[in-house]
Amino acid sequence: MKQLLVYLKDYKKESILGPLFKLLEASFELIVPLVVASMIDVGIAGSNKGYIVKMCLIMAVLGLIGLICSVTAQFFAAKAAVGFATRLRHGLFAHIQSLSFSQMDQEGTSTLITRMTSDINQVQSGVNLVLRLFLRSPFIVFGAMIMAFTVDVKAALVFVVVIPVLSVIVFGIMLISIPLFKKVQARLDQVLGITRENLTGVRVIRAFGEEEHEIRKFDEGTDALKHMQMVAARFSALMNPLTYVVVNGGLIVLIYVGAIRVETGLLTSGQVVALVNYMSQILVELVKLANLIITVTKAVACGNRIQSILEIPAGMEQGTIKEKEENAISGTVEFDHVSLRYYEGGEEALTDIHFKANKGDVIGVIGGTGSGKSSLVNLIPRFYDVERGSVKVDGRDVREYSLEELRDKIGMVMQKAVLFHGTIRDNLKWGNEEASDDELWEALRIAQAEEFVLKKEKQLDEMIEQEGRNLSGGQKQRLSIARALVKKPEILILDDSASALDYATDASLRKALREMPGETTVFIVSQRASSLMHADTIIVLDDGDVAGMGTHEELLKNCQVYQEIYYSQFERKEEDQRKEGEH
Amino acid sequence: MKDTQKSAKQKETLFKVLNYIKPYRFLMILTIIMAAASVALTLYLPILTGNAVDSIAELFEGGISIPKAFSNADFWAKLTFILKKMGIVIALTALTQWIMNICNNKIVYNIIQDIRKKAFRRLEELPLSYLDAHSHGDIMSRVVADVDQFADGLLIGFTQLFTGVVTILGTLCFMLSVNVGITLVVVVITPISLFVASFIAKKTFRMFKLQSETRGEQTALINEMIGNQKVVQAFGREQKTLEQFDEINERLEKCSLKAIFFSSLTNPCTRFVNSLVYTGVGFTGALAAIRGGLSVGQLTCFLSYANQYTKPFNEISGVITELQNALACAARIFELIEEKPQIPDKEDARVLTRVEGNVDLQNVAFSYVPDRKLIENLNLHVKPGQRIAIVGPTGCGKTTIINLLMRFYDVDAGEIKVEGTNIKDITRKSLRTSYGMVLQDTWLKRGTIRDNITVGRPDATEEEIIAAAKASHAHSFIRRLPEGYDTMIGEDGGSLSQGQKQLLCITRVMLSLPPMLILDEATSSIDTRTEIRIQKAFASMMEGRTSFIVAHRLSTIQNADIILVMKDGHIIEQGNHQELLEKNGFYAQLYNSQFAIA
Repeated sequence: MKQLLVYLKDYKKESILGPLFKLLEASFELIVPLVVASMIDVGIAGSNKGYIVKMCLIMAVLGLIGLICSVTAQFFAAKAAVGFATRLRHGLFAHIQSLSFSQMDQEGTSTLITRMTSDINQVQSGVNLVLRLFLRSPFIVFGAMIMAFTVDVKAALVFVVVIPVLSVIVFGIMLISIPLFKKVQARLDQVLGITRENLTGVRVIRAFGEEEHEIRKFDEGTDALKHMQMVAARFSALMNPLTYVVVNGGLIVLIYVGAIRVETGLLTSGQVVALVNYMSQILVELVKLANLIITVTKAVACGNRIQSILEIPAGMEQGTIKEKEENAISGTVEFDHVSLRYYEGGEEALTDIHFKANKGDVIGVIGGTGSGKSSLVNLIPRFYDVERGSVKVDGRDVREYSLEELRDKIGMVMQKAVLFHGTIRDNLKWGNEEASDDELWEALRIAQAEEFVLKKEKQLDEMIEQEGRNLSGGQKQRLSIARALVKKPEILILDDSASALDYATDASLRKALREMPGETTVFIVSQRASSLMHADTIIVLDDGDVAGMGTHEELLKNCQVYQEIYYSQFERKEEDQRKEGEH
Repeated sequence: MKDTQKSAKQKETLFKVLNYIKPYRFLMILTIIMAAASVALTLYLPILTGNAVDSIAELFEGGISIPKAFSNADFWAKLTFILKKMGIVIALTALTQWIMNICNNKIVYNIIQDIRKKAFRRLEELPLSYLDAHSHGDIMSRVVADVDQFADGLLIGFTQLFTGVVTILGTLCFMLSVNVGITLVVVVITPISLFVASFIAKKTFRMFKLQSETRGEQTALINEMIGNQKVVQAFGREQKTLEQFDEINERLEKCSLKAIFFSSLTNPCTRFVNSLVYTGVGFTGALAAIRGGLSVGQLTCFLSYANQYTKPFNEISGVITELQNALACAARIFELIEEKPQIPDKEDARVLTRVEGNVDLQNVAFSYVPDRKLIENLNLHVKPGQRIAIVGPTGCGKTTIINLLMRFYDVDAGEIKVEGTNIKDITRKSLRTSYGMVLQDTWLKRGTIRDNITVGRPDATEEEIIAAAKASHAHSFIRRLPEGYDTMIGEDGGSLSQGQKQLLCITRVMLSLPPMLILDEATSSIDTRTEIRIQKAFASMMEGRTSFIVAHRLSTIQNADIILVMKDGHIIEQGNHQELLEKNGFYAQLYNSQFAIA
């Protein structure tokens, strides 16, 4: 939480003035009982109407000043809190953007989104409340005590006993109940999780006729939640009654002591009234304080969660190369004995990968599930860092580039086609802000997306709904390929990004890519041998190791893994062609 | 007109809410009694305090600080009596408050649970057409957040409203019994705070609306960008995205500041009105005291009443918005709970027991949207053990057939028969469990690998599980996981690769091995090497089983007994591979294009 306070830095003035004005207001509030006391002792006892009028005017003026002070305080507090949240949101968003892929994998995007939204909102209201009220309540509590001392020292000793007892009760209950509320939250998350699972998996659940089982599971979840809520509430239910007893018990003692003091002539009855008033002010503030503390602890918990994200060191260290070197050979990719491990202690995802791709080469990557195909191409734009060896793009280690410069060279099409809310044009321009419509259409044509975009009513200006809901899987894939092509990258990576395309479209896509102008180095990751067989080099991966490397013909001769893959896919087809020939 | 409609709807919602409270009516009555008692006791205390002060004041003779008598035994007896009484009142107040809190918690948490359970049950019964058409996030927030907010609002709103009203009435009675004149002062000035509060609330409503709209806009952007952060980074769009974000962020700052500041004016303003009340009471009270119509003790009593009387007024406007909020949430939840469930199974619905695999589609017509016809006049006769391949270009609506076979959606016309019985006359559970289904979207739940495999057969033995996993070639990768079959996987498969997830889904079906199969592009993200093994496993699984397969893989299609060729949602050709090639239609075109280029 502490670290977050730097975002209040720009609002130092506001965050000091806010509470200050609040305290000013509170001080005026503390004077009121004294005014009442003197009204009783001087005005009433002396039947002095003029004095009473004067005192009442003073009270009214105190009220008005209080109003002004507190409005000022509210303004500063609101300004500081909102400004704080705005800066924090900016900071967190920027930070999340700097996280590396492995860090994001670890945190999970849904967590990051919650931190960005509801958690920050909670912290904002927390800050606002703290600035407005958190100082005020203890101030009034202790202020009332001090004022009581000015009235009568002996009687005020009652306050000295009451206040610590109250603090112990309030903080004790909080200490017990805050961890319990955390548990409540965890169980609520569970209930939420079950609900989500049932929505996303509704077809599977119904296919297996598991509705009853899920209902039972949900019931267990809510039962556990309720139980925890009850346990937590049991303690917080004690808060109000206990504080009430202590404060009013103090009141009784106060009156008793006051009576003794009055009897001995050391105190007036008006002063006793003032003391009683102070005691009830304390009660009112404590009730507020208790409610406040709950909100604030929630905010602190949220703040800590946000901080834990901010504490993740920003991404990876970047190199310094920013400007393009004139004589650099563009479009080469070299893997120099590369090994990759995602987590410390985990298994190696890639082991000793060594190859070189020249400008204009088409490199195919093929292999079994979990063999490391995606891992291999993810190293080129430096989504992950190698453990050993080095990846070189245009002759230089990727770690020497700034990420921006490096990724600018590369057009990446990922397995999952992701599009963003906006028009088709907006989405394509992710690749290049300055691209002309002609360039966009050219990219669409190569990506085999021209036809369906032409069919759209508004063509390039057709809106894509969030997550591309109004497009089919294949259309999304083709658009995301087009988006990468708009970039006119030196290196184009297709990470199994044609999986939702039928064979015919896949084939035309490959043909168009081959005929593309300029010498782009292309990496194609695929499970279909037909997608890769014309590549200049095919890398066959098996469980993170290179099982073979070479052209289709070479591999077919001497790589067993490749043979297996190829024949499994083509045997039948050849048979079929034969059959067809017979007809 | 609109307002009356709205209030009528609110009334309706309120009525439904009362229905949920009904089971807890005794607790409710108890809590109301306790609330009333605690208010009454709280109000009684100032009177006692006043009495005590008066008895102290009696020590004086006429004027300033001249004790009437030292150690007056009567005085002490009287004072201790009052103080003892106060002690009892305080103890009782605390007790009633505590009981009230406990009751309230019981009521609220039970109602929350009741509503959630009901909502979840309805969720399991809702037709897929509803679930497909509604945002999951929205449904989830209804089941979780709305229920919470409803209960909180209801409780806070209700108890505060109730205690507030009781406090106002009680104070009024007490005050009237003490002094009519001063009471009038209080009664006249206090409503000003109510007026001020509602004025501010009205003025700030628009600001709040703007704030929540802007916030919504920002959340949408966050969802999109953080959710797809990898793409953002791959395209080096961090800076652009941040700019986009900051633009909204700044707008949000401005409108938030306005909304928060202006709404926070309520409290100081009402408190100012309170201090006016306090001053008014002090003034009239002091004058009355001089005239001898009021004792000093009564004045203190009045002053504390003035505080207690104004408090509920300050809170009332807040309470009312809280209640309205709660009702709005309740309305959203009820909308879900009252959503029409799927037509329940007929009472005499058959339980499918011995399924051989006869499936008949007769004149089936179906469309998702009434005026956009999809499937018309579809006839299909499937004999036991036959393989039906559904093919067609991307997005041609192949899954629609599955939706109908599984009865996720009901046909508009015609009928689907399994073993000669219309599927509408068969229990859904027995129909659906007769099919083993592997969808393209892999779905795994939070739990262990074992939990996920045994979804269809929770009673499966360890040997059966391992056998199934071996059959689907999942065993080897599962074995290599840190805790094997007991490895926990997160929501939606977490760290598993797409292929591994798919293998688990297949294992799931392998284990229960139902008489019919539906495979929806099941192997599209598994590499071909693994796929061959799986296909072999499938082949043995499909042996003697009626299977419906949606696939791009030609090998699967070639072995099919019937091929349904779909385009734009329609079935345009039907027949086996040879027949369709001879027909030289769309299928032949699709098939040949493969060889022309590869």
